[in-house]
Amino acid sequence: MNNLLILPLFIPLATAIILLIFRQRRLQKVINLIGSLFLFLISLIVLKEVYFEGIQVLRLGTWPPPFAITFAVDMISALMLSVSGFVAFNISIYSIASMDEERLKFGFYPLLNMLLMGVNGAFLTADLFNLYVWFEVMLMSSFVLMALGGQRQQIEGAVKYLTLNFIASIIFLSATGIIYGKTGTLNMADLAYRLGNDFQTELIRTSAVLLLIAFGIKAAVFPLYFWLPASYHTPPVAVSAIFGGLLTKVGVYALIRTFTLIFRMDIGFIQPILYVIAGLTMVSGVLGAASQFNFRRILSFHIISQIGYMILGLAIYTPLAIAGAVFYIFHHIIVKTNLFLVSGIVRHIQGSEQLKDLGGLYRQYPLLALLFLIPAFSLGGIPPLSGFFAKFIVIKSAMFSEDYLMVLIALIVGVLTLYSMTKIWSEVFWKKEKSPLLSRPLIPFSMWIPVILMALATIGIGLFAGTLVQLSEIAAEQLMNPSHYIEAVLWEK
Amino acid sequence: MEIVLAVVIGVLYGAGLYLILRRNIVKLVFGLVLLSQATNLLIFTASGLTRAKIPIISENASTLSSSAADPLPQALILTAIVISFGILAFALVLLRKAFRVVGSDDLDDMRSTDL
Repeated sequence: MNNLLILPLFIPLATAIILLIFRQRRLQKVINLIGSLFLFLISLIVLKEVYFEGIQVLRLGTWPPPFAITFAVDMISALMLSVSGFVAFNISIYSIASMDEERLKFGFYPLLNMLLMGVNGAFLTADLFNLYVWFEVMLMSSFVLMALGGQRQQIEGAVKYLTLNFIASIIFLSATGIIYGKTGTLNMADLAYRLGNDFQTELIRTSAVLLLIAFGIKAAVFPLYFWLPASYHTPPVAVSAIFGGLLTKVGVYALIRTFTLIFRMDIGFIQPILYVIAGLTMVSGVLGAASQFNFRRILSFHIISQIGYMILGLAIYTPLAIAGAVFYIFHHIIVKTNLFLVSGIVRHIQGSEQLKDLGGLYRQYPLLALLFLIPAFSLGGIPPLSGFFAKFIVIKSAMFSEDYLMVLIALIVGVLTLYSMTKIWSEVFWKKEKSPLLSRPLIPFSMWIPVILMALATIGIGLFAGTLVQLSEIAAEQLMNPSHYIEAVLWEK
Repeated sequence: MEIVLAVVIGVLYGAGLYLILRRNIVKLVFGLVLLSQATNLLIFTASGLTRAKIPIISENASTLSSSAADPLPQALILTAIVISFGILAFALVLLRKAFRVVGSDDLDDMRSTDL
């Protein structure tokens, strides 16, 4: 039992409540910054405890398992918690100057904290129905954040985002109901334990496929991703950065969790489906990006193609591949958030996101050009940045299991990613500006800091890749041998 | 009883699906309502229907008798109802706003972000 685990939920909740009381704008920014800094530090402490002492468990109300709602943090959860804390902290800095008065008045900061509570809850919980509830907390806040401001584009995006995500939740809930009907339990470790002893294929496959579809919609995989490019470029940049960085990855995390823990006995059935999904997600995402000429829409499509690599790691299902997927998620959250933030700075300078209206930024803002290149090259997989190692591990594990077609697809998609990034580079930074700028708008200090911090993180992960690889391997080891997780949740005192 | 409920659930899912495929935003909301109700009934039915067996531990026993009704599905459904109520309330406001901003109740007129 470790009471520390309640803090990643309690801190954002408390911050949100305090923010609702103190409505003065400058005060809100300070409170939110302090709250997110605390969240980040706590998540690092949790990571440290998991590293030194193994899986941490908290049973709420000290009910005996499996009746208690259980929070369990293994290495993958701890890594996800700390990266979400890091991103939250950076977004909090970025939004100080970039968020408009109107949205602040309507409660941007409380909503942001409720969103973080939902995300952290999804990473913490070891109960299927509880996971549904955290998904809803996260979605509810994201709906409002998406629509806040009420411009036509936003509202149209929000309609699609709400409808498809609500349908995903309904499918998830149906699967949960059927699983409960079949097994009489919703605790994930208990489910894994019972199904391990007595696996009834026909009854369980229904819910396995339903969960695959539900999490697939949330993770934006191939035939289910259409809500993402229709909506992610419409809200303010700070919002789309945290959506693009964090939210789809919660879906990927849920996929990894369910298919390595609950349905691991049936992996032969789900694996071929995951292969096809992974390949098509990578290809269709990157081709979608190649056809776009809006800065943030290109980035949105690249979220989809990168999700494909993570799903590929899960589909290969070897310890190395799972480690690759975990590494990939970690690196991708930082890089993608950073790219969105850079697009926000570009928009701040030139007032547009259409590539044809932009240009000449390399000459005027060389530092910004450099800060774009670091995450862009990392996304494309150029050594020694973090993306190289992420792609390297996934592709290497595909080589080992002799999936040469997937190796080929992954490599080509990597090249096409670089093509899109060079397209942005040449249009936004290299090309001559259409009309010379009359004045050079000053970029607020608080917009620079998060971009620099995350670029440093990208370089740091690349230079000290060994540490993160080691952590990912621990995560993969725990995921591939669910007996650790089951023992910790069900029997540990 | 299970058969009747199974048919009802099937019809609700079917009708909900049909309604969300329509272009009118009001029908979209009705579709979402039907889908979420169908799911609640599905949980209710899938976890077994037990009539008139209250889940109260009798005085000289320490656990429930195995024939008692399971109270958990109802707790799940109650949670799910509250959540879907919140989301549907938000959906109504959002779609009203969409009607105001776009000036149409046709989903096909809301495609400016799709290109």
